[in-house]
Amino acid sequence: MEYQYHWNTVFDKMPELLDAAFVTLHVSILSLIIGLIIAVFLALGKMSDRKILNYMSGFWIEIARNTPALFLIYMAYFGLGAFGINLSPYFAVLSGLIFINAGYLAETFRGGFLSIPKTQYSASKSLGMNKFQIYKYIILPQMFRKIYHPMTNQFVWSVLMSSLGILVGMSELSGETQRLQSLSFRTLEFFMVAAVMYYIIVKFILISTSLLAKKIFKGDI
Amino acid sequence: MGFSLFTPLSWNDTGFILTGVLNTIYISVVAIVIGTILGAIVGFVRAESNKWVNMLLGSVLDILRSVPLIIQLILFTTYVGVIGYPLEPFVAGSIILSLYTMAFMSEVFRGGFESVPKPMQVAARSLGMSYWQTLRYVRLHIGLRAVFTSWLGVALSVIKDSALVSVIGYMELLRTSEQLISRTQQPLEILIGVGIFYFIISYPLSLYGKHVERKMAL
Repeated sequence: MEYQYHWNTVFDKMPELLDAAFVTLHVSILSLIIGLIIAVFLALGKMSDRKILNYMSGFWIEIARNTPALFLIYMAYFGLGAFGINLSPYFAVLSGLIFINAGYLAETFRGGFLSIPKTQYSASKSLGMNKFQIYKYIILPQMFRKIYHPMTNQFVWSVLMSSLGILVGMSELSGETQRLQSLSFRTLEFFMVAAVMYYIIVKFILISTSLLAKKIFKGDI
Repeated sequence: MGFSLFTPLSWNDTGFILTGVLNTIYISVVAIVIGTILGAIVGFVRAESNKWVNMLLGSVLDILRSVPLIIQLILFTTYVGVIGYPLEPFVAGSIILSLYTMAFMSEVFRGGFESVPKPMQVAARSLGMSYWQTLRYVRLHIGLRAVFTSWLGVALSVIKDSALVSVIGYMELLRTSEQLISRTQQPLEILIGVGIFYFIISYPLSLYGKHVERKMAL
């Protein structure tokens, strides 16, 4: 027997799906922003001379980079319960993504920072710049150019990985799709629509960030 | 002694956990091998072909990279079920994970093939090498050496992403541990064990990748 597609069931639920898509978008933006802030400290810690800071940042970075995202989300959702911390699915996914984003971005920052030759510091000092000016006019603009692209990749990655919310019952795009399809059993239709929505979100991010890059960097990237 | 629904973790669970470990390794290796072979072929085709073929191939690969793996897995298993050829979780999981790996590997290999300068290929041809000899002795040699670290990076991410195959019912490590957790109610101990396992597979390999990268940079 041929499979009958029932698209109307899905289109009736479009408002819910769109709401869920916004949850996906905002959880990934939030995880990226908080991850960025933590990443700055981790990168500084990794480059500091204090052994203890060095080890602690290294520990965070290596765990984030070498274990699956799903593991970290489970850890936040089930594991923290042992310490009496019970996170809601939303916060479990959010904190898992923040942890990983911070780890990956810290390495990106460190790489960007180390890639700027030491001679530039001496050169700008010899031009009479103070430390603040050196960073503002010389180091950070160059660094930003180098980390911009990895940052957009990390953003896309966060959007894709927030789909793990489906496994802990969070109502982002995947989780909501799962819930809606279980009401009507139109699994195929619902997940096809979700796939298209993810594709549009990712394309939207990539196009808008590359337009933004053209605007900020004025073409020379 | 009261009756308890939950039994603590014991040595009898070793076999169960080991199956999960082996299944994770198994599906990762399958996906990496198939994904690498397909990715090398697609990457080569993309480096060789004209703009239009490239755009067509690129847009297909783009879909694989822009839709979450979980959604791809669910869609594929549902779809083959609907058209009347239901697949084992392992088979369905390997197919999707391999295609997903291919999408990333093809970019890696394409970069490798394109990293060999054109003059070098022309020089090889002018020495009397045939097209295939140039490919075999010049482009593969130099191109593949350049991509090793990125290849390793993708392979490591596949090992980590293989955890997602648990959604369609494949008993890999994380799903095994989830079932143990629901029986023993000791989430922390079990999850830490799982984390250590992934870490000891992934960390040495990533260190090795960094080492190779440093050696090649010199």
